[in-house]
Amino acid sequence: MELDEIYTQVITENSRSKEHRYQMQAPSVVKEGVNPSCGDEITLQLELDGNVIKDAAFIGDGCAISQASANIMIDLIKGKTTEEAKRLSGIFTGMIKGDVTGEDELDELEDAQAFQGISHMPSRVKCAVLGWHTLDEALKGVSEQQ
Amino acid sequence: MTDEKIRSYFPQLMSERGGIRPVYLDSAATSQRPEEVIDAISSFYRNNNANPHRGTYTEAEDATAVYEKARTDTASFIGADACDIIFTRNASESINLVAYTWGMENLREGDRVVITIMEHHSNLLPWQRLCRAKGAELVYLYMNEDFEITDREIDEKVTSNTKILAFTHVSNVLGIMSPVKKLTEKAREVGAVTVVDCAQSIPHMKVDVKEMGADFIAFSAHKMFGPFGLGVLWGRNELLEEMPPFLSGGEMIEYVREQDATWAPLPAKYEAGTQDPAAAAGFSAALSFIQRIGYDEIGKREKAVYDYAVERLKDLSCVELYGPFDIERYGAIPFNVKDVHPHDTATVLSADRVCVRAGHHCAQPLLKRMGLNSCCRASFSVYNSKEDVDRLCESLLKVRSQLGLGDV
Ligand SMILES: Cc1ncc(COP(=O)(O)O)c(C=O)c1O
Ligand SMILES: [Zn+2]
Repeated sequence: MELDEIYTQVITENSRSKEHRYQMQAPSVVKEGVNPSCGDEITLQLELDGNVIKDAAFIGDGCAISQASANIMIDLIKGKTTEEAKRLSGIFTGMIKGDVTGEDELDELEDAQAFQGISHMPSRVKCAVLGWHTLDEALKGVSEQQ
Repeated sequence: MTDEKIRSYFPQLMSERGGIRPVYLDSAATSQRPEEVIDAISSFYRNNNANPHRGTYTEAEDATAVYEKARTDTASFIGADACDIIFTRNASESINLVAYTWGMENLREGDRVVITIMEHHSNLLPWQRLCRAKGAELVYLYMNEDFEITDREIDEKVTSNTKILAFTHVSNVLGIMSPVKKLTEKAREVGAVTVVDCAQSIPHMKVDVKEMGADFIAFSAHKMFGPFGLGVLWGRNELLEEMPPFLSGGEMIEYVREQDATWAPLPAKYEAGTQDPAAAAGFSAALSFIQRIGYDEIGKREKAVYDYAVERLKDLSCVELYGPFDIERYGAIPFNVKDVHPHDTATVLSADRVCVRAGHHCAQPLLKRMGLNSCCRASFSVYNSKEDVDRLCESLLKVRSQLGLGDV
């Protein structure tokens, strides 16, 4: 196991970043996600304007992988439409599962590509996808409302 | 006995990967198995394989004999009668058995079930569910800041409407013991039934049912060098006799008619369906392994390693240790590397083949009470050595820098 492939600088720095880690004033959607086995928790907050994610933030407690992944995800989805966000989420989970390997697609994930190495560590996959999974759940609620 | 000698009984501990051996510090989750246990299981399938208690041919008689020998071995191991030993799948099932039979039959609305805050979910959830089903109250005994459950706490909470007092013998997170004597005495005083979870004690110390004075005792073979899939419930004979069966099916009956049935005598009454005689064979071997090494030697070796671990870990400024240090502890040490989530710590250690558990250890209410979401746990068995502790410490020193943090 190559630790340096997992705990890259991108991941360790993002895991402690405060950039998107705060309580939003009036989010349109709030969704909690947990990994019961390791206790990672995040609460994702989205402010929607029509189908555009105008703003997003999270609060959470968990391992470096889960917290970094949530932070990087928010970087990516801010300003995107809900459809685009869902598509990125599909690429991310595809990358972790090893189904998505095309460079063009992976490039769309920007910093989130740093989690590619996790696909070799089944016990940590849940950590990496927690944020994205919570996003999917949050958006599911939205499309049901609309 | 040398460290190397003990270690050499356990094949997995000798297996090298990338030129290094594992440092197995997760025995509280499950122990390693010595060669003789593995051999006994394989020998059953090679030589005695048949369904116990079913056939009349030689192999079936052999299978029955192997299975029942495990029962008599278990009985003499804990000073009990063989008919009061019920084999289950694990300690969890043993406790559920009591909750769903004795509990369902005897608990009434307004009654109380008392447990400690240290319980593993296995000795918590069955009671929580039972209480909800019956409209009874689930009450917790808390520890004071010295990690002690005081007499006063017990006297206050174990009231006359307490029907069940269930507690762990040794905590799987803190490694500390419950005040067994006081608890069983108090239970007798108020007429409550006691259920003692010995899953984390019996791997380290002698458990004798008469000395303990409890009504039910539960433990798992896999935490004491035995196979997975075999648990033990010992119960006081009168209680086992009067309780209804738990699971029903093959072999647990006396007579079945279209609309009703009568139950087999103990212990078969509680053992529905085909049992696992191979696991029983392995368990017999595990018990004789413990007897051969002896609890004195086990205790002495484990204490030496435990004390050494506490001393070394206390010296690491990057490590935060939890629990008391002035009372005897067994098996488990909870800790965290400062500012690092336990899962990340465990991942970094695992790169050095140091195996520790990270998480809530199936004791969420306890961790919450300790102000934690999760922690790492190193847990020890007879095969661990001071060298294992050194490798743990060496690896722990890498954790913060691996996560891009400086020294503390
Ligand atoms: C104190 C305690 N009780 C009960 C159990 C449950 O054992 P099993 O999972 O074998 O049923 C455990 C296992 O970790 C334990 O530590
Ligand atoms: Zn995690």
